[in-house]
Amino acid sequence: MALVNPRHGQRPLIKYSLISTVVLYLAWLLGLPLLTLLQSIFELGTAKLTEQLLNYDVFHAFGLTLLLCFLAVLFNTIFGTLLALVMVRQNFRGKSLVNGLLDLPFALSAVVVGYMFILLFGRGGWLEGINAFTGIRWVFSIPGMILVTLFVTFPFMVRELIPLLKEVGTEQEEAARTLGASPWVVFWRITLPNIRWGMLYGMSLTFARALGEFGAVLVVGAGIAGATETATIFVFRAMEERLYAGAYGASLILIAIAFILLFAMEMLKKRRKV
Amino acid sequence: MALSYLAFLVVIPLVAICYDAFREGSQVFFSNIFRPSAWAALKLTLWTSAVMALINGVTGTLTAYVLVRYEFFGKSLLNTLVDLPFAIPSLVTGVMLVILYGPEGLLGEFFTGTLHWQILFAPPAIIVALLFINFPVVVRSVQPVLEELDYSQEEAAATLGASPWRTFRQVVLPSIRPAILSGMLLSFARALGEFGAVVIVAGNLPLLSQTAAVYVWGEIESENRLGASAMSVVLLVLSFTLVLVVDYLQRKRGGSHGPR
Repeated sequence: MALVNPRHGQRPLIKYSLISTVVLYLAWLLGLPLLTLLQSIFELGTAKLTEQLLNYDVFHAFGLTLLLCFLAVLFNTIFGTLLALVMVRQNFRGKSLVNGLLDLPFALSAVVVGYMFILLFGRGGWLEGINAFTGIRWVFSIPGMILVTLFVTFPFMVRELIPLLKEVGTEQEEAARTLGASPWVVFWRITLPNIRWGMLYGMSLTFARALGEFGAVLVVGAGIAGATETATIFVFRAMEERLYAGAYGASLILIAIAFILLFAMEMLKKRRKV
Repeated sequence: MALSYLAFLVVIPLVAICYDAFREGSQVFFSNIFRPSAWAALKLTLWTSAVMALINGVTGTLTAYVLVRYEFFGKSLLNTLVDLPFAIPSLVTGVMLVILYGPEGLLGEFFTGTLHWQILFAPPAIIVALLFINFPVVVRSVQPVLEELDYSQEEAAATLGASPWRTFRQVVLPSIRPAILSGMLLSFARALGEFGAVVIVAGNLPLLSQTAAVYVWGEIESENRLGASAMSVVLLVLSFTLVLVVDYLQRKRGGSHGPR
């Protein structure tokens, strides 16, 4: 909660110069690029936009991106919740190391992430045998891209739920258990309702991160149009091939999704506080 | 089960890449790092990220201060928009900056056309892209600490005749310094590995505008495995160290929140 001092208006000059500095900085940093993109799209006209956007490759790219987002949300919701529960409720050796490892995907370069998976599953890699064993190709293919997307989005759900679970505590759960509820019932009826808004927030963060992922999926998937090309990779290729209408149009779609996510997250933040 | 998921997803790849980089001995590893193109990429990455972290430290603290201490029209919208760079794909950020600072862009025409100052495909564009992407990091690190800060100390200082600047420097700043520092370090760590936005605004000119992450990508494309592994390990060690330092700073502060 922001404390508002009624007497703080004593120095309106400082107040308004600070506010306008921030607003001007953001207008330059965030506003201006967005406006130029919109302006460029209007200048290009609808004929070029439909020509470069309405084709199989672009639909495939957006479809693949949505699939990756969906799978990242699904897997990391399940495993992220499990790991958060383990981290909060249990003590084990090496817990602080696990805590450090959890943050690594935040800071590690996406290119390096993609490269690590190529080293593992590629020719001569330690896990090369898995390709033959499972009958699935894990590099330069969609399964590999799913794996790296899971990697880069992994921390969001866990980091969101750990403080929340600490705050909720175990009293309610213990009460339910004493009254004879099975562990499954306790989780379903007590734990889950307590953390659901935080969970939805973590899901939106995961979705946003998966949506924007570029480096890791480019390296692992090699970005073949109509096969392993995601929406962001399409934008990259379109820029290289000077298909500006396609690049800008697809960018705008991604930005629109980002805005929807942002305002959904803002609503969730408010719900979570209640 | 949850731990083995983590082990499978995180630990095995980490070990594999370190093993690969030192496969042919540490001498080969170091010669791959000190190659002119690799060394230049590493230096460029470090200094542009450092400049970004410094600017971001100032603007992020200022933004957090304004959001916590003042009431004004459009404040909650501003607060929402702070997170925009987290939601927009970084590659799209790069595309927008290329339009804006390109030869036909509003600012490109001014800087490059009128001032003859090259922005695009040069370090300034890298710094602007990194600033865009990391803007929320410092704000979201400082904001919660500032909100919990006791207001009465500031009032006391002001009543005793301290100027606003002195009040800020001697009363507010000491309490939020660890939060500013951890925000700056985290944004620095993220900047070191940034790829999507940088590859588009900086191009891929070795020795001039190629950053470390773009260099790794180039080495992968040209199938120079040792070069890619060596630089990857450097990035890996740097980001892991920074993450641990940030973690330590935040624990010292007593907060249970991890970096966002």
